Amino acid sequence: MKKLMMALTMAASFALAGSAHAADKLKVGFIYIGPPGDFGWTYQHDQGRKQLEKELGDKVETTFLENVPEGADAERAIERLARSGNKLIFTTSFGYMDATVKVAQKFPNVKFEHATGYKTADNVAVYNSRFYEGRYVQGVIAAKLSKTGVAGYIGSFPIPEVVEGINSFMLGAQSVNPNFKIKVIWANSWFDPAKEADAAKALVDQGVDIITQHTDSTAPMQVASERKIKAFGQASDMIKFGPETQLTSIVDNWGPYYVERAKAVLDGTWKSHNVFEGMHEGLVVMAPYTNMPDDVKKLAEETQAKITSGELKPFTGPIKKQDGSEWLKAGETADDKTILSMNFYVAGVDDKLPQ
Amino acid sequence: MMRIEIVKRPQHSALFSALSPFIALLLTLIAGAVLFSILGKNPVSALYSYFIEPLTEVWSIHELLIKAAPLILIAVGLSVCFLSNNWNIGAEGQLIAGGIAGSILPVVFPDFQGWYVLPLMLLLSMAGGMAYATIPAYLKVRFNTNEILTSLMLVYVAQLFLDWLVRGPWRNPQGYNFPETVQFNESAILPAIWAESGRAHWGFILALIAAVIVWFMLSRTLNGFEIKVLGRSARAGRFAGFSAGKLTFFAFLISGALAGLAGIAEVSGAVGQLRTSISPGYGFTAIIVAFLGRLNPLGIIAAGLVLALSYLGGEAAQISLGISEKSARIFQGIILFFVLASDTLIYYRIRIVSRLSDTALKGA
Amino acid sequence: MTMFEAILLTVATAATPLLIAALGELVVERSGVLNLGVEGMMIMGAVCGFAAAQQTGSAWIGMFAGILAGAASSLLFGFLTLTLVTNQVATGLALTLLGLGASAMIGETFVGLPGVKMESLYIPFLTDLPYVGKFLFGQDPIFYISILLTIGVTWFLFKTRAGLTLRAVGDNHTSAHALGVPVVRIRYLAVLFGGACAGLAGAQLSLVYVPQWVENMTAGRGWIALALVVFASWRPWRIFAGAYLFGAVSIGQLHAQALGIGIPSQFMSSLPYLATIIVLVLISRNKRLTLMNTPTSLGKPFVPDR
Repeated sequence: MKKLMMALTMAASFALAGSAHAADKLKVGFIYIGPPGDFGWTYQHDQGRKQLEKELGDKVETTFLENVPEGADAERAIERLARSGNKLIFTTSFGYMDATVKVAQKFPNVKFEHATGYKTADNVAVYNSRFYEGRYVQGVIAAKLSKTGVAGYIGSFPIPEVVEGINSFMLGAQSVNPNFKIKVIWANSWFDPAKEADAAKALVDQGVDIITQHTDSTAPMQVASERKIKAFGQASDMIKFGPETQLTSIVDNWGPYYVERAKAVLDGTWKSHNVFEGMHEGLVVMAPYTNMPDDVKKLAEETQAKITSGELKPFTGPIKKQDGSEWLKAGETADDKTILSMNFYVAGVDDKLPQ
Repeated sequence: MMRIEIVKRPQHSALFSALSPFIALLLTLIAGAVLFSILGKNPVSALYSYFIEPLTEVWSIHELLIKAAPLILIAVGLSVCFLSNNWNIGAEGQLIAGGIAGSILPVVFPDFQGWYVLPLMLLLSMAGGMAYATIPAYLKVRFNTNEILTSLMLVYVAQLFLDWLVRGPWRNPQGYNFPETVQFNESAILPAIWAESGRAHWGFILALIAAVIVWFMLSRTLNGFEIKVLGRSARAGRFAGFSAGKLTFFAFLISGALAGLAGIAEVSGAVGQLRTSISPGYGFTAIIVAFLGRLNPLGIIAAGLVLALSYLGGEAAQISLGISEKSARIFQGIILFFVLASDTLIYYRIRIVSRLSDTALKGA
Repeated sequence: MTMFEAILLTVATAATPLLIAALGELVVERSGVLNLGVEGMMIMGAVCGFAAAQQTGSAWIGMFAGILAGAASSLLFGFLTLTLVTNQVATGLALTLLGLGASAMIGETFVGLPGVKMESLYIPFLTDLPYVGKFLFGQDPIFYISILLTIGVTWFLFKTRAGLTLRAVGDNHTSAHALGVPVVRIRYLAVLFGGACAGLAGAQLSLVYVPQWVENMTAGRGWIALALVVFASWRPWRIFAGAYLFGAVSIGQLHAQALGIGIPSQFMSSLPYLATIIVLVLISRNKRLTLMNTPTSLGKPFVPDR
């Protein structure tokens, strides 16, 4: 027993020595909602973390905790990261918001960055991405390519981010074909390949010839390539799951932001902020346009260029809501708060949101 | 050729009855060390970060209590079920039902405040858990429907219902339409035990109280005797004049109430609002806790702490050694296997016989 | 391909894993053993099947790896419940928990990799027949195995001497033992068969249904399979009917959503579970029917006296 205790004490002192050695580096912690290998949301955050390690090399040391459930466990996990010497902590899911704010109050010297939320503090910044800009481009492509004039849309949960995407996709499609239709199926999960596959099959069986998804697995892409129709990827470039199927994919490119914020901490210039960035800042990147005729590709690239330059904003009037009432007058653009809390469909979407 | 043979002991072994959880823990530690070595990690430092590191800091002990509270509460209720041969594996659903019922006051009537709010919430949560547990109990007693399957199916239904509720009618109107309810008001929050040093809330105290009460009921009252007799043999119970149907209801109601209480303790004590998912599978892990505690409420307190430690240890190991959090889950599965296997020693003697001696014996 | 045929194919793919796993469990329960670890064995089959196929590039090797993994997991269960006579319910639960954890660990390096899909059958002319061609002659091999299994298990249980012995063991292990039947050995074989079936069902998920590996990808299907056995009152053909009914309900709710009927998706998603409960109640209400078919020794421990 004594021997065991001694061994344990030794092991402990090794662990301590290890952390003391790393004190001159900036320790950066990440909290992930899923496994880094999901090929969707968490995968992209982890790519960002790797880019951070690559670009800043010796100056940083990164750690992550994966599969952290939102709620009570999140608060403990964030606090553990803060206590083990991380000075910059990225919490990468909306549900970590309150836990992040609570822990931040206890650790005023640690900087926190929360993805996709809205609560900030002196040491809590918020960052979010305009994924919907990519959806607009996808809508344009879908309306150009679809023969049936109907696209299938696999949604995860009816939260603003997803609703924004559906509306933006619809507006993009309507800019080409005003009578374009989409069919929506909610998978009630971010990541359930079997159910996403079933949903994709059901959509194809009902006559859609293009599938787009706002769930994180590659299953819909695989179904689409089996059924020989086209599809859009989600969160990461899924081309290897559908080499002849993927038209393009919205790639969440967090790397540059992570590098910028870590540098700011190193320089001592870090300030809390609430940013909502998109194509212009390089947070939203489109995977190469593939499997489409040149004219469609050209139109897609032009649309992307216009959004990037700010010439085109997807939510610009005149836009009517689903019930026919006016949302935006001609030339009027939606403000960020409306976008971030979007809970209604634009005209033409054939689905009901839970109220 | 070797063969394992077991022989029933004339009476159960008190020695192994006490030892078996420890044998199981020891075997689990050994299995863990082997597992870590295979993964190429130093087994000693891995086991250190799993089982010692979380105990070296006060805040972390608080976290341990937070994690253990729902496990103990649920497992204590399950012990009554399992002892009486009622296989309720839907505690997760009853936890959710309790969490929802207990949240009615702070979410729907946020202006209703005062010292009486919290006790009412606790009562409502127990009622919610009980109501949800009544369904499999009723179906079992009335229609002879298998309670394992119905209680489990009801878990999925409860999860989806909670999801709908929080995304729909109960969504925080000021919350950018994100799926969460309003933050509970001050009088609806289960207070911390000792706020200066950490987050642990009264849920743990409730768990201790529940364990002691159920322990008393099981070991010192006629009710407890009835549970054990009927659990061992339904026929013997019937001869003694006990009703299996009534007992089924009783067991399900107790475990439903405690699971419901665990639900509101988690929602109000640890989180402070209702969310689309409120439990990372406590209802299922509690099954391990119940068996590891040998279905004895006092043993369950210890077992709940051990299991809670494996969660925290999983995180510590992830940070300090980069060991995947999945190893924690394997630990939990292995430990239950060893517990069950060690329990055999209580009722049976194990002999390893080789074929040779066997035939020699027969020859003689 | 007509819409009806397409839906039929989707339902068949959804029903096949349930059918196979439930048939295996049926044989186990007919021998008097209750193995609640179907979910755990299934997920082991899914991960090992995927891994083997991914490494070798052959879906067939993957399938056999899945079967082996399921059988190996069931052996663990058999050792505990049959040799060490532990509580079957608790051991089955332990097997499920261990399977879910171990599979996540084994599969960690395989998450997000493209898998190997088992090719579907194609017989010129026959597969192209209108309406039924694809369903009868254009599916994946595991579909055909599941049909053969249904026929085979029926035949084995009710038409062979070995099947009779197995049922005798399940109905009364004490008298079977007295007659010289090797109760424990027969139960081991039944448990192994059940494990192999669960493993095959899991492999179907990761090789046919969605050729990729994700944690918890069985998503409760093992439990549905267990429910199907009760639903079918221990009759193979009723399992077949039940599996297809369940498959139809779960696919149907997605179609209803795509048609835009406007009922909250959470309620639609809970339909299959509610349907299972209702059917279980309807079946078990009829006491005579259930009692006639329920193996009398189901779940009871057996220690041979010497």
